[in-house]
Amino acid sequence: MTLDAVSTPFSERRSIAGRPLEAREEIRDTRDHAALLFELVHRDLTIRYKRSVLGFLWTMLHPLLLMMIFVVVFSSVFRQSKHYETYFLSAYVAWNFFSQTVVNAMASVAWNGPLMKRVRVPPSIFTLSTILSGLVNLGLSLIVLLIIMLVVGAPLSPSLWFLPISLLILSVFTFGVSLALTAVSVFFGDIREMVQAGMPALMYLTPIIYPIEIVPDRYRLPIKLNPLAYIVEIVRDPIYYGILPSPTTLLLGVVLSLGSLAIGWMVFRHLAPRFHAHL
Amino acid sequence: MNVIELQGVSVRYREKRIRSLKEAVIRSLTAHQKAGYVYSLHDVSTTIRHGEAVGIIGANGAGKSTLLRVAAGIIRPSEGVAIRRGAVAPVLELGTGFEAELSGRENIFFNGALLGFSRSFMRARLDEIIAFAGLEPVIDVPLRTYSTGMIARLAFAVATAIDAQTILLDEILAVGDAAFQVHCQNRIARFVSSGATIVLVSHDLMTIESMCSRALWLAQGRIVADGPAAEVVSLYRESTSLP
Repeated sequence: MTLDAVSTPFSERRSIAGRPLEAREEIRDTRDHAALLFELVHRDLTIRYKRSVLGFLWTMLHPLLLMMIFVVVFSSVFRQSKHYETYFLSAYVAWNFFSQTVVNAMASVAWNGPLMKRVRVPPSIFTLSTILSGLVNLGLSLIVLLIIMLVVGAPLSPSLWFLPISLLILSVFTFGVSLALTAVSVFFGDIREMVQAGMPALMYLTPIIYPIEIVPDRYRLPIKLNPLAYIVEIVRDPIYYGILPSPTTLLLGVVLSLGSLAIGWMVFRHLAPRFHAHL
Repeated sequence: MNVIELQGVSVRYREKRIRSLKEAVIRSLTAHQKAGYVYSLHDVSTTIRHGEAVGIIGANGAGKSTLLRVAAGIIRPSEGVAIRRGAVAPVLELGTGFEAELSGRENIFFNGALLGFSRSFMRARLDEIIAFAGLEPVIDVPLRTYSTGMIARLAFAVATAIDAQTILLDEILAVGDAAFQVHCQNRIARFVSSGATIVLVSHDLMTIESMCSRALWLAQGRIVADGPAAEVVSLYRESTSLP
């Protein structure tokens, strides 16, 4: 309780009616709350895994069961030449990260609403922490995938070193979508259920369980218009095909993720100052 | 120096709140009358200087908590400007940001982080916090096993172990048993004497009189009186006492 230990000088902060959030201020604020970011991720993971190996395995059970079903049902149907399990999982982990993060981010703002009304924190911190804990889960899923690949004898290619860049593109894209949807869902609670209901549809519009080649040409347009198709491809290429994504795909991925972030932030910065009336 | 400045601050809410997209669509198709606003704060201007101890009094719903939240930067005003200088720590409603599944110790770090303090900063104060809350035997047990009083003690201990230049206290003296209340009052008195700025919301007029040099009386979102605590409190007493 010693006041001489105060580290911050009397820096001035203003809250002005009608002003949207400023990116620079939000970034500085988030840096000041780095400890909170860590605690939020820590809390998320401790509660999810309940501090046990079993808890971790439990969360892996769902994708693994799904994989087995798809392997049995589709490996013959789609005649994906080899290692259908790797083909499916390499895209599914990316998809799972996207859909889980978007849904969790919306839930996390609603869940932490009481907190946001009582403590001053950068409003985007809950979305950011959801991305970070999602990334931890994604990392663990990728380790499980690598183990499966080793067990079934799928080839591991040096292109795997490209994965961090793939995941960065995936994360930025997901962050943008999450920002926009969380902001809107604060105002309209039913958006959450709509998004949740729409996710399976979006999954089948993304070449995850099937290769795009088997889709007849005249049905390909909706898939080609789906940004996730490209994002997922950027993650799958280095894992399953053992190649780097083509420059065109890569460029498209970067543009899509930056565009998503720009739009997401624009929506978020204008809506966030009015959150408190709706939480 | 002014640590808090409010310039023409209003906070208002829509009378009818639209909660879902469905409602918004239906409303836009059928609505004919414009929804009005309810004001929590109405054109409030005031300044609080460094080192002051200010009490805020008024009936329920007068806007006391809203004023603290605007001062802390939690709520952006609907009109006007709110300026704060230095570290302003709100100690609003005890128990905010506690997680039932985490242990008491983990909750100390989590709560400290919410107020913007690092793990190492909190670690240095950990023993003091646990001792002040009197929770040594149960500190590693999940919070869901704690009683309400225990959680309140932990929350107060965390919130006041920090080095904020300005501390905003909202009705937090009402919790805990008598012995703990004395503890709290002593701690606040030490804050005041060490030169920190205190803004205190309380229904306990005695506390305001004894701890604060200045008092603000709010009614229906507006400042009714502002001045020396003894004067404002006696004005307030007169207005509320039955004839």
